[in-house]
Amino acid sequence: MSARTRPVTTTEGVRPFAFSATALAECRELIARYPEGRSKSALIPILHIAQAENDGWLSVNAMDAVAELLGLRRIEVYEVASFYSMFNLHPVGTYVLDVCRTTPCMLRGSDELIAHLEKKLGIHPGETTKDGMFTLKTVECLGSCGTGPMLQCGARYHEDLTVEKVDRLIDELRARNQRANYTDR
Amino acid sequence: MARKILFEHIDKPGIRGLEGYRAHGGYRSVEKALRTMAPEAVVEEVKKSGLRGRGGAGFPTGMKWSFLAKPEGVPRYLVVNADESEPGTFKDRYLMERIPHLLIEGMVTSSFALGANTAFIYIRGEYFHVARILEQAIGEARAAGWLGRNILGSGFDLDIHVQVGAGAYICGEETALLESLEGKRGNPRLKPPFPAVKGLYQCPTVVNNVETIAAVVPIVNDGGEEYAKVGVGRSTGTKLISAGGNIKRPGVYEIELGLPCDEFINSDEYCGGVDGRAFKAVVPGGSSVPIVPYELFLRTAKGEPRLMSYESLSDGGFVSGTMLGSGGFYAYNDAQCIVRSTWNHARFYHHESCGQCSPCREGTGWLDKVLERLELGEGRAEDIDLLWDIQRKIEGNTICPLGDAAAWPVASAIRHFRDEFEYHVTHREKVKDPRHFAREPFRRTARPQTV
Ligand SMILES: Cc1cc2nc3c(=O)[nH]c(=O)nc-3n(C[C@H](O)[C@H](O)[C@H](O)COP(=O)(O)O)c2cc1C
Ligand code: SF4
Ligand code: FES
Repeated sequence: MSARTRPVTTTEGVRPFAFSATALAECRELIARYPEGRSKSALIPILHIAQAENDGWLSVNAMDAVAELLGLRRIEVYEVASFYSMFNLHPVGTYVLDVCRTTPCMLRGSDELIAHLEKKLGIHPGETTKDGMFTLKTVECLGSCGTGPMLQCGARYHEDLTVEKVDRLIDELRARNQRANYTDR
Repeated sequence: MARKILFEHIDKPGIRGLEGYRAHGGYRSVEKALRTMAPEAVVEEVKKSGLRGRGGAGFPTGMKWSFLAKPEGVPRYLVVNADESEPGTFKDRYLMERIPHLLIEGMVTSSFALGANTAFIYIRGEYFHVARILEQAIGEARAAGWLGRNILGSGFDLDIHVQVGAGAYICGEETALLESLEGKRGNPRLKPPFPAVKGLYQCPTVVNNVETIAAVVPIVNDGGEEYAKVGVGRSTGTKLISAGGNIKRPGVYEIELGLPCDEFINSDEYCGGVDGRAFKAVVPGGSSVPIVPYELFLRTAKGEPRLMSYESLSDGGFVSGTMLGSGGFYAYNDAQCIVRSTWNHARFYHHESCGQCSPCREGTGWLDKVLERLELGEGRAEDIDLLWDIQRKIEGNTICPLGDAAAWPVASAIRHFRDEFEYHVTHREKVKDPRHFAREPFRRTARPQTV
């Protein structure tokens, strides 16, 4: 429960938030899907967009902008954002590595993979490297159990991982140095 | 080669696109239903097929559909459950990635049968890449007139929307899913009222799994009776099984229900046998179903060969049986530690409990903590009975079945592998090494307990 119930921070990385024009258009398209008076249904999809527009995490300012856009009370947005594990309520690195730790992946070596990543990056799950490049996050079954151990970074799944493969991945990501979001196409 | 019904054409080139899909008979069920059948007749075929929900509970689909309330002037909804978060399950993803139009076609035919003009696919947020594939398929189908206004001139309208979640196992539970689709926390609702009466936006709603809706396509094409000829007894048709763990050939397999378990786990057509020295245990239907020793997976307590079917897998009840569940199959070799695995399961349920009911919220936390100390070599002899007691107090005392799902893996692990739990108390130094059984496999002191 820890990640979910973590208090919403008001001090970290505070900066103003405003949707870009393209994001706003996408939000309006989403809202139009639902019946009259049911625009709250767009909340989760819009939080994904806001998170991608805010360096991969939901600040209070970002959540307040979502509340305003949907005409919701702020608490309605906070309580949803804090329930779902894909929403980060604290600043994260350029890349969030979501490593699956659930039983079927464990049977195929996820404990060892996580231990390797902790050592390589010098951080524990939930932490970000000093250079702001990587956040390590452990997550539950991602529907990739036959090709575990695995991790998700942005929209991409990296499967059948070995120590060598994950080392190569880290090097590639570091060289590219471009934020990966879940909403990437 | 066993008969494939859903995956007959899955390896054909271009099957992911509308053109390739049409070339192999795609959207015939829509033509047949909308041009030649009344909605009730489609429901009738689904009833005759004996199709049971493929999301885990195995509830007869035709019966569920016939419960749908039809008050005048109130919209009805079809919601496809593509949350697929049950550990071990990755069959829906495979289907949606490779043959997305099969789901879209099934949704058009099913929505017609139910009288729904809006349908949603609720897909877990981590599957964003799959959502894009579905959106593309929907766009193609709409452009070709399989969706939208007045489909095939029948007067039937349908819009399909893909809704992404954001990471919460509980949103696979159908009422939590509806809450989430309404933009709220995924807290399961009290039932009744059931979704068939008050579902999405308080309107009558049918929630079905991806695979269930896909199966409607062959049922309408060939007739419910033809579909019912495949399978065994009340387990009709085929089932997608996603296989993982310590097997040689992990992957998604379409099996005819009734396939012998031995053949599934050992033949090269499916799992291909053990990856490692020997099999120890099997979880055949996702993490929520009881774990059974390998021998009890192959044969029932009465010594009969066990089959991959709803009835045979649950033969022996909780004492010696398990369940088909979602078809999330995983097998353990003898390097694995059952206590460690049980702790991992418990941690999962603790993490995923929505927190509404105390027995689940507190109980899963206790299970997690006690199992952690056993596995880390800090356990006490009385912990095993304590675990038993906690799981008993969760089961049956909660709003939704997540509580039961957290209790069963613990109960079955203690029932069948009690000696491994005892070893953790008597060999506390040894089990501090996380790979203890990989270095020195655990040898059973006695036959597995089956009573
Ligand atoms: C905790 C929990 C998680 C569930 N997760 C899923 C899921 O990921 N996918 C699914 O189809 N059904 C899931 N179910 C079952 C659904 O509640 C529901 O029974 C199912 O979607 C109905 O469709 P079906 O009859 O076609 O199987 C879950 C149930 C529970 C209690
Ligand atoms: S059983 Fe657990 S997950 Fe289900 S409603 Fe109760 S607290 Fe929530
Ligand atoms: S357990 Fe890791 S993807 Fe399923």
